[in-house]
Amino acid sequence: MSAARNAPLRRRGGALDPDRLVPRSRRALRATAVYAALVVLSLFILLPIGWMLTTALKPDTATIFTFPPEFIPTEYWRWENFVDALTAEGEPYLRYVFNTTVLVLANMTGAVVANSLIAYPFARLRFRGRNTLFVILLATLLLPAPVLLIPQFLLFFHIGWYGTYLPLVVPSFTGNAFFIFLLRQYMRTIPRELDEAARIDGAGYFTIYRRIILPLTAPALTVVAVFTFLGTWNDFFGPLIYLQDPDMFTVAVALATQVSRVGVEWNLLMASNLLAIIPPLAIYFIAQKKLIGGIASVGIRG
Amino acid sequence: MRPGAGEAGPGTTGGAAMDVPIQPIWAARRRRNQLANAEERAAFLFMSPWFIGLIFFLVVPLVYATWISLTDEQLLRVGDFVGLDNYATVLTNDDSFWTSMRVTLSWVVMTTPLFMTAGLGVALLLNQKLPGMNVFRTILYIPAVLSGVAVAILWFVLLNGEFGAVNQLLRAIGIANPPYWFEDPTWAMPALAIVGLWGIGGNAVIYLAGLQNIPPHLYEAASIDGAGDWAKFRQITLPMLSPTLFFILINSLVGAILVFPATVFVISGGTFRGGPDDSLLFAMYYIYRKVFIEGLMGYGTAVAWLLTLAGCVVVFVAFRLERRFVYYETQ
Repeated sequence: MSAARNAPLRRRGGALDPDRLVPRSRRALRATAVYAALVVLSLFILLPIGWMLTTALKPDTATIFTFPPEFIPTEYWRWENFVDALTAEGEPYLRYVFNTTVLVLANMTGAVVANSLIAYPFARLRFRGRNTLFVILLATLLLPAPVLLIPQFLLFFHIGWYGTYLPLVVPSFTGNAFFIFLLRQYMRTIPRELDEAARIDGAGYFTIYRRIILPLTAPALTVVAVFTFLGTWNDFFGPLIYLQDPDMFTVAVALATQVSRVGVEWNLLMASNLLAIIPPLAIYFIAQKKLIGGIASVGIRG
Repeated sequence: MRPGAGEAGPGTTGGAAMDVPIQPIWAARRRRNQLANAEERAAFLFMSPWFIGLIFFLVVPLVYATWISLTDEQLLRVGDFVGLDNYATVLTNDDSFWTSMRVTLSWVVMTTPLFMTAGLGVALLLNQKLPGMNVFRTILYIPAVLSGVAVAILWFVLLNGEFGAVNQLLRAIGIANPPYWFEDPTWAMPALAIVGLWGIGGNAVIYLAGLQNIPPHLYEAASIDGAGDWAKFRQITLPMLSPTLFFILINSLVGAILVFPATVFVISGGTFRGGPDDSLLFAMYYIYRKVFIEGLMGYGTAVAWLLTLAGCVVVFVAFRLERRFVYYETQ
């Protein structure tokens, strides 16, 4: 991004820009090729979503599979499908949305509070065994998920958490190695003079954490919150194995079980599906810049 | 977490530290120790949620997993110790296990190079210094934020053999008998790879960050020396990007070994069947099937350990290759 922004400045400067050494006609040709490739790729991404919207607006299943396939709604605009999807009998969609929202909010709270608390000493305090603990933290990133899955399930089963939301919420309050690492890296960039000034004014560690570190870590915390939102909203296998009562289902589980039902109405299913992707899409467009920056920073540092 | 506790100790000692000059040296040293102790106590208090998680969600399950893999534990029945019987049965007398390993291995071999090159290709396009790149980046990243189930349902319908939009288009351009994708054992895995390619923007963004960290003066110097695009890519981009490539390689390998797509659940009619004729019976699916359908906890855990072992071998080999192919600037 920054490179792209610098480009015009450099070009104005003239002599050093390497692109100047390439003839203008070849540059134009190359730009055309790049745009053409990107347009094709974008269509590959957008057309299926367009098809989903088109289908969601159709009046019945008969109009869906006609030839040619329609990727942009032109003929049918049955917006009531969305209302029908939300209020379908036997499929309390709003209930699923509510359930999922509860899980999302609980997990976001847990992730923001726990990970920042845990990251703070790693970034700022001196204590014996800090390096060892940090290595352990990084090692847990590599732990075998499939092996943990079964005993964790048995653990939750035997303490009576099966069929409740607890297995889907409580772990987020004990921190996540990835997020701890991300926040620790970010906290280390905050000037230490601020802590020291606060110490001289008599502030304790918790006050420093609460009043100085936490507000200044807000951009990284946003990344943690957004990732947690997406992860929880989109989670499927967790709710699938821990939830029993259909009234407790999340949107993802409800959709996955609907699709296998005989005589499913595809237009309504696509409307439900579209409704399910609106929250993550909205969050993505709002937090886009930070989100992609966050992914990138995790990527390079790993 | 009890906020008050971390606050009280150091706050008071911090204030008293003002008097240090008029104290004998040993008292100052003791005070410093007290300060360090207070700091240490605070640190452990801050980290206590992590310790709790580490013990209850990690150490205990890990020890427990080792134990139950040596028993015939079932969901509602405590198991008896059976030694290495589970492992022996898995390795010598379980065709489905070997099917799942074969399916997983084909997926690793097929998609790791495919997704890595595709991701790099997209990133190279997005890295061009042309107007409008942010818009394309935004579009291409969209699938990465969508739920696996929603994407699965969408492609399940799009790739329907008879009525799906994809096959309608293929027929329109003259392919009379297009593959039946998820309904055909041969084409189920390529179909899943197409769904994976749809989400390639997720990888591309990480590559893009790596590309944008390459200092522009390297390219400038190369241009002045008359290097062409290919030479620049080969001599500058690839070596400078090799740490990123390595990170994505490890991520992709682990991801492919543990692949567990909601798509397979959806196209198998909401079951753990694993696609047509077990053509998408990934190892994780097999474990899930053993555990949650058949209730064989001990046996499923043994399979999980074997899968972990296989994964460790693959990652170990990748790390051995790192020294030869990855260039770190600090070396």
